[in-house]
Amino acid sequence: MTYLRTLRAWFLRFAGVFRRQQGQKAFADEIESHLQLHVDDNLRSGMSPTQARREAILTLGGVELTKQSYRERSTLPLFDDLLQDLSFAVRQLRRTPGFTITVAIMLALGIGASVAIFAFTDAALLKPLPYRDPARLASVTEAVKLLGRANLSYPDYLDWKRSNTVFSSLDIYGGGGALLNTSTGTVPVTGVRVSDGFFHTLGVAPILGRDFRAGEDLPGTADIVILSYEAWKKWFNGSSDVIGQKVMLSGIPNTIVGVLPVDFDFAPRGGTQFWMPFHAKGSCDLNRSCHGLEGIARLKDGVSMPAALAEMQSIAAELERRYPGSNRGQGAVVDPLSEIIVGDYRPILLTLLAGAGMLLVIACVNVASLLLVRSESRRREIAVRSALGASRMRLIRQFFVESLVLVVVGSLVGIGLADGAMHVLTSLIPSFIQSRMPFLHQLGLSSHVLAFATIIAVAAMCLFALTPILRLPLDIMRAGLHDELADGSRGSAGRFWKRLGANLVILELAVAVVLLVGAGLLGKSLYRLLHVTVNFHTDHLALVGVMAPSSLYPKDENLVVLQRQILSRVSALPGVESTGITSVPPLSFNGNTDWIRFVGRPYNGEHNEVNLRDVSADYIKTLQANLLRGRLFTDDVDGTKPKVVIINQTLAKMYYPGQDPIGQRIGDDGLSPNSIKEVIGIVDDIREGSLDSQIMPAVYYPIYQDEDNYFTLMVRTSQSEGSLLPTLVSTIHAIDPGVGTADPTTMEERTREGPTAYLHRSSAWLVSGFAALALVLSVVGLYGVIAYSVAQRTREIGVRMALGAQRSSVYKLVMREAGWLAALGIGVGLVCSVGAATLMRTLLFGTAAWDVSTLVSVAALLGVSALLASYVPAHRAASVNPVEALRSE
Amino acid sequence: MAERADVWQGTLALMVLKTIEMMGPQHGYGIARRIEQTSGNLLTLNYGTLYPALLKLEQEGAIASEWGVSENNRKAKFYKLTRAGRKQLEKEARNWQQTTTILDRFLSPAEEQS
Repeated sequence: MTYLRTLRAWFLRFAGVFRRQQGQKAFADEIESHLQLHVDDNLRSGMSPTQARREAILTLGGVELTKQSYRERSTLPLFDDLLQDLSFAVRQLRRTPGFTITVAIMLALGIGASVAIFAFTDAALLKPLPYRDPARLASVTEAVKLLGRANLSYPDYLDWKRSNTVFSSLDIYGGGGALLNTSTGTVPVTGVRVSDGFFHTLGVAPILGRDFRAGEDLPGTADIVILSYEAWKKWFNGSSDVIGQKVMLSGIPNTIVGVLPVDFDFAPRGGTQFWMPFHAKGSCDLNRSCHGLEGIARLKDGVSMPAALAEMQSIAAELERRYPGSNRGQGAVVDPLSEIIVGDYRPILLTLLAGAGMLLVIACVNVASLLLVRSESRRREIAVRSALGASRMRLIRQFFVESLVLVVVGSLVGIGLADGAMHVLTSLIPSFIQSRMPFLHQLGLSSHVLAFATIIAVAAMCLFALTPILRLPLDIMRAGLHDELADGSRGSAGRFWKRLGANLVILELAVAVVLLVGAGLLGKSLYRLLHVTVNFHTDHLALVGVMAPSSLYPKDENLVVLQRQILSRVSALPGVESTGITSVPPLSFNGNTDWIRFVGRPYNGEHNEVNLRDVSADYIKTLQANLLRGRLFTDDVDGTKPKVVIINQTLAKMYYPGQDPIGQRIGDDGLSPNSIKEVIGIVDDIREGSLDSQIMPAVYYPIYQDEDNYFTLMVRTSQSEGSLLPTLVSTIHAIDPGVGTADPTTMEERTREGPTAYLHRSSAWLVSGFAALALVLSVVGLYGVIAYSVAQRTREIGVRMALGAQRSSVYKLVMREAGWLAALGIGVGLVCSVGAATLMRTLLFGTAAWDVSTLVSVAALLGVSALLASYVPAHRAASVNPVEALRSE
Repeated sequence: MAERADVWQGTLALMVLKTIEMMGPQHGYGIARRIEQTSGNLLTLNYGTLYPALLKLEQEGAIASEWGVSENNRKAKFYKLTRAGRKQLEKEARNWQQTTTILDRFLSPAEEQS
């Protein structure tokens, strides 16, 4: 009850602030009537009219005093004052729109950039993954020396699952594609095979139907499938009676048992539409040396990641002892799942956040400088106000309120900019990269982001309020009236400001140098990356993935027929110069490896891991890669012919140092008779992995001797390769509508838009944007300091010139001051930027942190800009008319 | 200082409420006079201090005000008790009596001991 009453009173007092006029008018009436009544009584008791009124006022305790205590009760005095300060501040700012708009824009840019980048960082790094208790989820897989993280084989997985004591569950996922048979034709879709407990381990439950049950992933059980929400909407119109229906995947009817939630996404297999139980089958799944899976696990309570890693490594070592042939060198890795999903983005996001933060620092320093200059010109106002009785607190509050207004305006515009930037940046991310960033779903102006914006705003407000307060020490407020009114301000205060302003400008220039160097290094890395030697010609090259379902093409011979048909039809298309087929196109990844052994050499059992690519006869010709030695094979090399192999230069150098490999023979690690192949040629190191990866030894087998149902068609054309793509797809479908095609694209686009290039490019562009803004802001800041200094020294310059100083020496005077500031700023900045670049070296490619050409160009760019910025005030100083300069004083 | 003023403020509010209850709707001047009389002129009151107290009670919803005409035909603002005010008065009067009874026992304990 009591607090309700108090609340009611507070509310009315708050409302009273806005009805001050009426309230006071009404009370004046009430006091008047009070006095009348009292005067009437006094007259009745025989006083004279004057005495009666005097006595009434006396008993009241004074009219004005009563009014004041009534006023204090009817409103909230502190709030009332604040409101007055606020309207005064707004009036002040509106009187100088140029200043206000400049400050608001600078703040909005700084805050907008920081908040937008923070939102991405927050979504990716701070918010937990959208799974149950995600900190306990681990990525578990095998490790090999050459690749580091590698894939897991199914028999190894079964042993790991059985022997470990550290995981409450261990599950696998693998595979990537399936063909969906729809009424309109065959469509390739993303389909992943998982073990029965996969969703349970993640802590995700279907919104419709059920999860896989224990044992449903074993061979011979029913073919069932769980749909992603997207697949449910896309292929089944989101119909609720989908459970129990059959869907044809790669020619096999699968019963739909569940539908996953809308926000579920598993980044390592982003955008997967169909989830099927593992059902081990074929030669690979049951082969201990065929690695195609990855594991996820949930740690038992109280078990740490390192403890889990130690146990998995000892299990792997035990398997290595038991199966020396297949498991030699097969270690284990256990990482937090979040590391696998967001680990790649962490250095980029942190770099961008640092960049945005530096931009914010520059913006704030510029605003603080402007406020300093402004407070100079307001010394008289301050002096007058304090002489009229404004307390120091009141003056300080006035500064706080003014910076509050500036910061609130800047922040609101900045947050608006940030929101827009988030949308624009997200829409710029290609969808195939977005599907690997499930955290983008969480992007937005969340409470974290708004809290971050608030912290920035409060810090900026304090900074801006404190700068002029520091600048106007107590004595000026108290005693300065006489001096201030007599003389605008010169002398010691001018020097004080100059020192502070100069220090701020050095800081600003140094930060700009760091940003520019960062942008330069990232830009150079991107250039290096896009111009890395790939050892084939990426122009005029079109490629399309082809999927021949095993239900239609069960045997190798069937596939050979299909591939020959495709090659001959496509070669006949107008403009096509050459066509080839490969199991994995170049610039994809290092992996899909084979273990080779050399006939006639001692073998120590170590795995000689090489990239394995099955290619057609014209493939290397189509890529226009150089054949260094030997010969290529012809189109008639199939299963009936002796086996041959082409090796790359790295393999030749690594395993045949000082020898001629041509004519030598290699086989599998057991040298089984039908694995023996003769080396017939050496090809240049075609880059199989991503742009920033290492070149690995590689073998190229004739594809007709080593078939797979999924392959990629590569076409070299003399015309525009992009316009050829639809024709390629329709040509393949014309051969067999049951064959699926996927990802038709050009090699140039693949290089330019691939994930590696994309990440490098986006960070380079964003940091360059920040750096460009930083350059402009810091040069404007330098200009401001020099111009102000010249204005302050007009009298001094006038005296110098009256005493015979040449205009050239005045130029020198001003330029020397600017030169010192710029040199100091650039020097400090260069030192800092080498440190900063070392911190972000994981983002650099083929570029050293102390890349001299970048450092020199940045220093030159900033130096020239600084000289230009100081030339204008120097020119003004040199054109001072000594007579006028002296008279104006 | 502040504490004593608060106590005074609290008791003043109680006096005001009780006075309005006794007299019915009444203007500020009338209330002030009545408080002075009731206290047997032991209390000398600056009439002006009454108005913030009245405003506070009105803000808290214990009393309501309305302009009217006094017995000798002067325009005046009349204050009357609201239902909430009546309840508040009952409760605070009871509290106050309890407090004074307890204090009485402390200050004149002779009767109990015999």
